[in-house]
Amino acid sequence: MITNHIIADNIITSLGFSSEENINGILDGKIGITDHQDVSLSNSPINLSLVDTNLLNNRFEYVLRTNNQNFPDGSFTRLEKLFILSIHDALSKSDFNHREKRVLLVISSTKGNIDLLEERYKAKFNHKRLFLWELGKVIGNFFGFINPPLIISNACISGALAIAIASRWIQKGLYDYAVVAGGDIMSGFVISGFHSFQALSPEPCKPYDINRHGLTLGEGCGTIILTGMEQPPGSSSVRVVGSAISNDANHISGPSRTGQELSFAINTSMKEAGLSSRDIDYISAHGTATLYNDEMESKAIGLSGLNEVPLNSFKGYWGHTLGAAGIIESVAAFHSLTCNTLFRSAGFESLGVSEPLRVIEKNTSCKLNTCLKTASGFGGCNAVIIFQKN
Amino acid sequence: MGLFITGYCTIGERKVIVNDQLRYYQENFLNFADFIKPLYKQKEINYPKFYKMDSLSKLGFLTSELVLRESNIKKYREEDLGVILSNSSSSLDTDMIHQNTIKDRSNYFPSPSVFVYTLPNIVIGEICIRFKIKGENAFLVSEKFDGRLIYNYVNGLMEQNRLQAALCGWVDLLGDKFEALVMFIEKDEFTDKKSSQFFNPSPFTEQNIYRLLQRN
Repeated sequence: MITNHIIADNIITSLGFSSEENINGILDGKIGITDHQDVSLSNSPINLSLVDTNLLNNRFEYVLRTNNQNFPDGSFTRLEKLFILSIHDALSKSDFNHREKRVLLVISSTKGNIDLLEERYKAKFNHKRLFLWELGKVIGNFFGFINPPLIISNACISGALAIAIASRWIQKGLYDYAVVAGGDIMSGFVISGFHSFQALSPEPCKPYDINRHGLTLGEGCGTIILTGMEQPPGSSSVRVVGSAISNDANHISGPSRTGQELSFAINTSMKEAGLSSRDIDYISAHGTATLYNDEMESKAIGLSGLNEVPLNSFKGYWGHTLGAAGIIESVAAFHSLTCNTLFRSAGFESLGVSEPLRVIEKNTSCKLNTCLKTASGFGGCNAVIIFQKN
Repeated sequence: MGLFITGYCTIGERKVIVNDQLRYYQENFLNFADFIKPLYKQKEINYPKFYKMDSLSKLGFLTSELVLRESNIKKYREEDLGVILSNSSSSLDTDMIHQNTIKDRSNYFPSPSVFVYTLPNIVIGEICIRFKIKGENAFLVSEKFDGRLIYNYVNGLMEQNRLQAALCGWVDLLGDKFEALVMFIEKDEFTDKKSSQFFNPSPFTEQNIYRLLQRN
């Protein structure tokens, strides 16, 4: 049986342009959520986690220059630049030829280039760029991937689902390498929609806290490279050892009342990995900080017997990054394993869900081997991935 | 393990085919709304939520309903059933409706009942609610209908026993252009070969998937 290994990764958020910058930011207690007054995004001031536009453009120009790529100014959208920078960073940290038939590119995004619906962009980009497959083509062609990319758009579990699919296909022997990238940008489109749901918190979000008042939106991008190829003995890598997806079959915009369906996915993924609840050292949960999401998760975690397992949500650092969330939170979670440190769940003070949870209150060193990542989203979907150190 | 297409439905502009039979035909096609409403009424479905759905969800819901009402879906556990759908336009049709509600600052009226449909997998959520489907689900996007992708994805899930039966296919809509194919896939040992007096289950293969879409 082929096993899979994660050989490289990247995170881009308000905290930085690499996994290291983001992890160091978390260890230093940095919060990327700030007050923004940008009328192209929102009529009123709003808390957001945004990637700095000047830094993004400078880094992008640098990558083009160092790769002798000549594109006229304005050839790429904001989201395409994020994807290209993220994948470029991950590829530069690995050593294989990605221009090969045995390599698959997987792209996860909820809204893609949705900002191109705005009048100001209509003359600048062909309307084809609004289609997710065209976004995939632009990214794939930039790097010279041979296979057409697999595009996943499954609300807020998109990133976690993309990792699940990639790991399964690697294990099945369909590909030797999978480059899995997920990203979404902030736009008036997304902000106005969540605002109309009254789902946005007036202050930076506080997952699982008694005083949580909704979510904070963020933008970002992340990449994970998986391989089924044998790794040199002694190399320290993380594997995906289990995954499962489920649906609440309850409501299109509200989570399950019981948490049974997320719990089913947790149990199925533990069974696949041959693990019991005692083997899980840490949970990287979805934790959007809406009343109903966090409550549902606490019930699911209770049903699966994981109440005592240390848990955090990364959304207090960089907000809810939608199609990027499943990827960048997974990367942060397995970096937690490799540096044997539990990261503080930012924004949390006192527990405000009905089932007991062990929310991590400060960065703590301890031996860690196995992490369970959860994600849930509109449409009633839930995803669970289990990562384990070699 | 053999997999079979034990039921299918295609809905295109003007006609509806269920299990090889023409079940509905509209001579003069005008637009999606005028096509789907009489179809829904004629099929006596009685599901008031239908009227709240966006066009993509209406199309996916109705195509699934017409397949599953002639299936043995009830014999499966909720967790053993899954939905895997794909399309080209994602939720762009409803995205444009939402964008229109926010483009003018003096006439700004974003609505949660529109915004919730700006995700392509909401149609999967609607189908799961209607038929109590709780297993693996995924929404994939490809430029054109990709029978190989659907085949590989569903085959993998069934082979690994993550699912015992799956609803899968293609549900695409943008403006008044639309195309839907939804198939119910079951394993050999569970397939009741005489489940429909009019339809013989056909093996679930890439070629057969393309054949069904072309019938439309």
